Formats: sequence, structure tokens, C-alpha cells
Amino acid sequence: MPAADHQVILAAEGGENDPLQLFIPPFYDWFWSAVVLVIIAVVFYRMVLPKFQAVLDERTAKIEGGLAQAAKAQEEAAAALAEYHQQLAEARAEASKTREEARAEGTAIVAELKTKASEDASRIIETAHRQIEAERQSAAVSLRAEVGTLATELASKIVGESLEDSARQSRVVDRFLEELEADQSATTSVKEG
Amino acid sequence: MLAASDEDGGFHAPSIAEFFPEAILFAGTPFEFNRIHLIRIIAAVVLLTIFVLAARRAKLVPGRFQNVIEMILDFVRKNIVEDIMGSERARRYVPMITTIFVTILAFNLTGVIPFLNLAGTSVAGVAILLALWVFVAYWAAGIRQHGFFGYLRANMFPPGVPAPIYVILAPIELLQILIIRPASLVLRLTANMVAGHIILVLCFAATHYLLLEATPALKPIAALTFVGAIAVTLFEVFVALLQAYIFALLASVYINMSLEEEH
Repeated sequence: MPAADHQVILAAEGGENDPLQLFIPPFYDWFWSAVVLVIIAVVFYRMVLPKFQAVLDERTAKIEGGLAQAAKAQEEAAAALAEYHQQLAEARAEASKTREEARAEGTAIVAELKTKASEDASRIIETAHRQIEAERQSAAVSLRAEVGTLATELASKIVGESLEDSARQSRVVDRFLEELEADQSATTSVKEG
Repeated sequence: MLAASDEDGGFHAPSIAEFFPEAILFAGTPFEFNRIHLIRIIAAVVLLTIFVLAARRAKLVPGRFQNVIEMILDFVRKNIVEDIMGSERARRYVPMITTIFVTILAFNLTGVIPFLNLAGTSVAGVAILLALWVFVAYWAAGIRQHGFFGYLRANMFPPGVPAPIYVILAPIELLQILIIRPASLVLRLTANMVAGHIILVLCFAATHYLLLEATPALKPIAALTFVGAIAVTLFEVFVALLQAYIFALLASVYINMSLEEEH
């Protein structure tokens, strides 16, 4: 193997027109740098990189954890907000229900009072009617009694005047009729009033 | 090792020629395309693939891959740009500094990858382009903030200096913002990559020679150079990160200096 390498070097160094020499460095250069790099790489892979990767992974995990925590916190906040909104809506609904009930109750009370008032009014009117009727009847009774008295009075008067002349007779009759008429109108006005 | 280099052609001593491989295409034209350009293209494709994949797969909860990418991007944004400029100014320059950082990092790392074995930044082209970008950015920031002459005055005649000193100070400061800053960015990065590559090649070549070609008495020394190769490779990975960090950091510092009210 070393002998073969040696020949390659000789070829590379000797041949000015070797096209490979234009593109890659001399053999000792790339070969030994490759060996060195492999050794360094082995050390890094065995010792340095695992530690480094652990740190990197830890950082990723930390960021992920932080994001998850933030998302959770946001979720919680959103839930709390939703709950609050719901409670608010419930409270509002309750308030409007109470208001509605109060309004309905008020309406009922007003209606009841109205009914009661109208009942009262009709009762008062009824009472008034009955009273008027009673008064009318008492008036009629008293009138009827008075008419008897008047008739008796008139008869006595007619008899008392002894019917001297037809003129006086007619005068008496007229006066009686006037009195009667006046009485009648007085009774009527009382009845209407 | 010194003895080894004195021996015959078996040992390949690294030289500056390492950084000027033969052309693959368009030899002899300004568009000459050689192995370094190929390396840069490969690095760019890999870099873009990684970041486009990461962007496509980006999720709210990052996995391992996304975590690593986010660490890189966060490092540039927080530890470089925001630390220097403050988060308000930083917003404008984070994309630029991030691009500079990941580009340099990717091009630096090709130096330790087998078959590439050469940093894309080990010749000055990429560094020059990026330094020009920084140069334009801090001049533009300064001119927008103070006006052209205001920017020059703020830089060349800093307050609180006795008047005669300005004779020396003003040209130095002008040189500073015109040449020294971008040139130092380019030289620091390129020199680091060149030196790193030469030490790597030295270790690899020495190991190869000592193990396969040197006299048996010398073979055990190969173990030493091989351990050296491992150490230097690790060191080069560190330098790749460090140089990308320094370039991005200084770019931020220069831009921020242009934006300061009082110099």
C-alpha cells in the first residue's frame, strides 16, 4: 500500500501535464488532512457532539415546552373568557326575565284594580238607581195620598161655595186645576232630579 | 525535520507557489480560472445550500440544524453588530456584516477540508472585495452623517488636540481612513490564511516524508509531526472562526466610528 501511494505521488509531482493535479491538491496534502480530519471527527462524534446535541435538544424541548405552556395559558384564558361571557349572558337573561315578570305582574295588578274599580262603579250606580226608584215610589205613594185629600178638599169647597153662580163655579174649578198642575210639576221635577 | 528538508526531492517543502496553482481554464487571461477559484465556487455553493435549506425549513421551534444556524446568525447580530453599534444602528448593517462573516468563515474553512486543502481567502481577491465593501460602507455612513467635508474634518482634525499636532495627525488620519483600514483588513486575513496553510502543508508533508521515505531512525518523528498536524488543523479551524470574527468586528467598528457624533 505505501509503495502504491508513493507511486501516485511521484506521478502527481512529476507530471506537469497530469490533469488531475489541476483539480486536487498533492497527495500528501489531501491524504494527511483527511486522516487528521477523521481523527478529529471521531473525537467530536464520540465526545463533543453528543453533549452539544443534548444541549440543542434541550433547548428545542424548552422552546416547545414554553410554547405549549403559552398555548395552554391562552386556552385557559379563552375558556375563562367564554365562561365569563356565558355568565354575563345568563345574568342578562335572568334580569330580563325578572323585568318581564315584573311587567306582567304590574299589568295584572292594574287590570285587577281596573276590574275592581269598574265593579265598584257599577255597584255605586246600582245603589243610586235603587235609591232613586225607592224615592220615586215613595213620591208616587205620597202623591196618590195627596190626590185623595185634594179631591176631598175640592169636593168640600164646591159644596161650601153653594154654587152661587156659574162664574164663581168655573173660577173654583180653574183654581183647583192650577193647584193640581203645580203639584204635578213639582212631583215630576222631584222624580227627575 | 531540518535535516529532512536538506535531503532529496522526496520532501516537499511548502512555498509561495502553493497559492498559485496552474490554470484550469482561460490560462494567461485576466479570467484565469484555477483550483482556488474552484474551491471558492464549491464553498459558495455549499454555504448557499446550507443557508437556503435552513431558511426553507425554518420553523418556530428550531431543530438541531436550525439551532446551529440560528446560533451563528445570533452571534453575528448580537455579539458583533449590536454590541458595537447598539441595536438601532445595527438593524441597517446586520445583513452586510452577516454576509461578510459567513463568507469569510466558509472560505477560511476550505483550508482544512481534504481535497480542497486551500483556503478560499488565502489569496487576497475575496478579502480585497469585502474590504472595499466595508470601505464604501463606512465612507457612505460618514458622509451621510456629517457631509463629505464634515466627515473629513471629524476624522482628520479630532477635537482636543493642540493645533501644531494636526500637521502630523491630519495626514495620518487621512491615510488611516483611505488606505490603512481596508488594507489592514485584507492583509490580516490573507496573511493568516497563508501562514496557516504553509504550517499545515509542512506538517502533512513532513509526516508523509518521515513515515514513508526517511531512514528508519527518523520514522518515530513522524508521530510528532502528525500530532502537530492534528493540533494545527484544530488551530486552523479556530483561526478561521477568529479571522471571520475579527473582520466582521472591525467592519462594524469602522462603520460605527463614521456614525459617531463626536469623533
